[in-house]
Amino acid sequence: MAECHPVGFQWVMEAKQRGATIIHVDPRFTRTSAVADIHVPLRAGSDIAFLGGLIRYVLENDKWFREYVVAYTNAPMILREDFRDTEDLDGLFSGFQEDTRHYDPSTWQYEGADVAAAAGQRDQWSDMESNEKGSSSDSRSEHARRGAATARVSTSGAGGGTFHGRPERDDTLQHPRCVFQVLKRHFSRYTPEKVAEICGVSEAQFLRVAEALTANSGRERTSAFVYAVGWTHHTVGVQYIRTAAILQLLLGNIGRPGGGIMALRGHASIQGSTDIPTLFNILPGYLPMPHAHDHEDLATYISADAGSKGYWGNMDAYAVSLLKAWWGDAATADNDYCFDYLPRLTDKHSNYDTVMKQLAGESEGYFLIGENPAVGTANGKMNRLGLANLKWLVVRDFQLIESATFWKDGPEIETGELAPEEIGTEVFFLPAAAHTEKDGSFTNTQRMLQWHHKAVEPTGDQRSDLWFYFHLGRIIRAKLAGSTARADRPILDLTWDYPTKGEAGDPDAEAVLAEINGFGPDGKPLSSYTELKADGSTRCGCWIYCGCFKDGVNEPARRKPGSEQSWVAPEWGWAWPANRRILYNRASADPEGRPWSERKAYLWWDPEQKKWTGHDVPDFQPDKSPDYRPPEDAEREDAIAGTEPFIMQADGRGWLYVPAGLADGPLPAHYEPHESPVPNQLYGQQQNPARQVYPHRLNRYAPSGDDPGAEVFPYVFTTYRLTEHHTAGGMSRWLPYLSELQPEFFCEVSPQLAAERGLEHLGWATIVNPRAVIEARVLVTERMRPLRVGGRTLHQIGLPYHWGGNGLSTGDSANELLAIALDPNVHIQPTKASVCDIRPGRRPRAPAAAPLVADYQRRAGITAETGTEAVTGGKKK
Amino acid sequence: MGVRTWLEGWPVYRQLTSHDPLGRGAAAKSRQSRNLLARTETADKVVKSVCPYCAVGCGQQVYVRDGEVTQIEGDPDSPVSRGRLCPKGSASKQLVTSSTRQTKVRYRRPYGTEWEDLDLATAMDMIADRVIETRRRTWQETDSNGRALRRTLGFASLGGATLDNEENYLMKKLYTALGAVEIENQARI
Repeated sequence: MAECHPVGFQWVMEAKQRGATIIHVDPRFTRTSAVADIHVPLRAGSDIAFLGGLIRYVLENDKWFREYVVAYTNAPMILREDFRDTEDLDGLFSGFQEDTRHYDPSTWQYEGADVAAAAGQRDQWSDMESNEKGSSSDSRSEHARRGAATARVSTSGAGGGTFHGRPERDDTLQHPRCVFQVLKRHFSRYTPEKVAEICGVSEAQFLRVAEALTANSGRERTSAFVYAVGWTHHTVGVQYIRTAAILQLLLGNIGRPGGGIMALRGHASIQGSTDIPTLFNILPGYLPMPHAHDHEDLATYISADAGSKGYWGNMDAYAVSLLKAWWGDAATADNDYCFDYLPRLTDKHSNYDTVMKQLAGESEGYFLIGENPAVGTANGKMNRLGLANLKWLVVRDFQLIESATFWKDGPEIETGELAPEEIGTEVFFLPAAAHTEKDGSFTNTQRMLQWHHKAVEPTGDQRSDLWFYFHLGRIIRAKLAGSTARADRPILDLTWDYPTKGEAGDPDAEAVLAEINGFGPDGKPLSSYTELKADGSTRCGCWIYCGCFKDGVNEPARRKPGSEQSWVAPEWGWAWPANRRILYNRASADPEGRPWSERKAYLWWDPEQKKWTGHDVPDFQPDKSPDYRPPEDAEREDAIAGTEPFIMQADGRGWLYVPAGLADGPLPAHYEPHESPVPNQLYGQQQNPARQVYPHRLNRYAPSGDDPGAEVFPYVFTTYRLTEHHTAGGMSRWLPYLSELQPEFFCEVSPQLAAERGLEHLGWATIVNPRAVIEARVLVTERMRPLRVGGRTLHQIGLPYHWGGNGLSTGDSANELLAIALDPNVHIQPTKASVCDIRPGRRPRAPAAAPLVADYQRRAGITAETGTEAVTGGKKK
Repeated sequence: MGVRTWLEGWPVYRQLTSHDPLGRGAAAKSRQSRNLLARTETADKVVKSVCPYCAVGCGQQVYVRDGEVTQIEGDPDSPVSRGRLCPKGSASKQLVTSSTRQTKVRYRRPYGTEWEDLDLATAMDMIADRVIETRRRTWQETDSNGRALRRTLGFASLGGATLDNEENYLMKKLYTALGAVEIENQARI
């Protein structure tokens, strides 16, 4: 955090000054470790084992927060009899289909109730149903294949769930099939000894963390978890976060001040890019993109994806208001509000699927908008060869980044694999305007929108992306005007009449924000998402942002100085939803509505005024009494009791166990990284069985564990950022200050590894794995320490990934080494733990580079199948 | 010049009479130094902004003179950052005023070996044509089972996460209306 979010880290230091214990669990020794009370340098990719060990410690030593857990989590829910845990199946859960590499989640349900959809895989259930229907008329395997693909794609983010029936509960938590008991059994093997063995840390280190964390949780105290892509960039990344969520729920650290699990996101508006997504599987406000189904209409889309209980019960209002914002008067009740204008998903359509299609010649065009995949994403070569296989490419950026010049000076030009005369891609490079040259809002990592004002005019052809898309849309609409083609109706009916300003015709960003906020039947700005209607009378571009332009006031532009406000600072910017600063803050009070303790008071029920009050906007109906109990037939928010803080969930509870919505299991389990020199010491199952693999000649995988050939790549490498550079370098490698501070690509190795491999400090090293060979300057440092894992010594190598061939500071890209193999929930690549060999000296130049990689592949016996196996447990037994 | 001003021009006098007896601060300041003005003092205007690097969202103050950015500093009013910026945020003046920042459209024709010039309006028109042609060529009305698709998989988009919310909104809205599905962002990467 001190490295990549330095200014945010001032608050950690402030907490430390006030007595907080700072624990840093990270393979790297960084500026954070230097000031932390405890640094645990665990093995990259072993965090679920570490967190799982903490869960076991909490359960075995009775350190959990009983009142919180019984009332606010699904610990009492009873599971079906046919559910099988990893304890029973050597690392698999029940329902795994080996042929399609996916889970059928039906056995994960509660007893007496089906949760038809939940967080994550919102369309899981309806896909399976349509699959079953289809199998009678079509070949079963074809449908299974398609079903497997569709079942994996759907919403990520806050979820809900539809209940059919009521789940059975045991509030004493004694029933052998209640979530609490299942959890206890599931994590029973995550003992301190096992944690030490898997993570390469000492039992004493582990216990010190466990004691500090549990001592600082409960009524009087809370602990916060902070993570970044060190947790998400794995083939089992979603389950890392799930493990932390279980732990924090057990400790009562969610929805309370000083608690929570904070994602430290890495870009100015990466949270905004998720909320108002430029992502294939969601629409604004985490509404799922619809899938192709028979006779799908708006009603079936909503019933398949939304619960009827909890706030997702209002998905009809959110979806209709979005359709009205986009298609205006053309969207009517009679035409289902233009629901059929939305394109349908049939498969996963993630960035890496696009790259594979580009390589296969199945993609014609590509827009790169402030993104540099030639350097910044896994397997750089595949990305560049994909770009070279397009008909046309549009790049919008500040500088001539590597993804714009690959045809002229990319690594493949140097090796002779490509020549400019042979690349047919037409490239348009359009210079972009900077944040100082345009109005607009960023959403920061705490969900807070902040407006930046235009300070100066951009130069020459530089334009904002708002300008580009507005005018591209305007020109396309003009060219298609008069078309009678059905396919062109969604474009021609689109509301696209934003006021423009100045000579260049810049669209008014505030007018766009106003549309995102939404308008009521009278044309006035809405003030809250609770005003949204499903009858077509309201328009709203993103329901969770509704209220950010209340009364026509640009709330994200509010800048009342922090020194003139309370510590919550509610009048600086605007946080979604409804300017709430801590989500689920109803949980900061006990079931009766009293603060858990005076010290941790945040939100409480005022019985005299009959409303919730405190330091923040209640994340709860403001006048719902703690005594409220929903009638049997209650729907939407009315189905949530006055004691249930998790209002997006259909049962109002925080989920320790996830009965539906995840692609790889209802509970987290430790799997080794996709590529690992270490066998899984907890289960026969080596890797996440449901991970997505992409066999391709340019994407070969290393053997893992005890498999023959694994010893050819004996070292673990982990990639990361430096304080002085930014991601793929487009905003840092061209800046003199930053290039001077970090001028060159380097690798961090321990003195022991340097001795073992003959590496010299400040000399060169060649790093090679099944996909690429790169070179880096050597930094020999005690920041890297050899680990004892599974009875042997393991070395880790650190690689910052910012470099490419262009700019002031140049070097090889670490991402050349990364495999394309993805987490099945969110399709994210593993950048944090992979394998390699390292040797002294510079890498071979063409034509010797490719043969070196081929030689390593041969020595390791790598074939197209290596590393792609779904189930490995049976083989080992 | 009065006697007092004359005396105060003498560093030793200032050293003896001020709070700087060792002459290592204000007492030693030369007239030239005293007359220097910070760029922040001479700005025509100060514009409130937000750092474009990581997601902490530090407040920035952009100092402008004669239509140029002359300095970018932390905003002390921000309850997030309290005036601080990290090395990247502190370098953001170089980000926006970099001499290698591109100001003109660059065009590379298929199989070309060099960049060429292209008028912005012509480039926009050509890009619109490429989108329309690719979309037409790759349009999918239904799948093989007759289920409605109404989409194109012929082109894709990958956006960075320094895009404004308003920009992302227009992107998703336009692409979805075009039937484009493969719309992605750094948020997944």
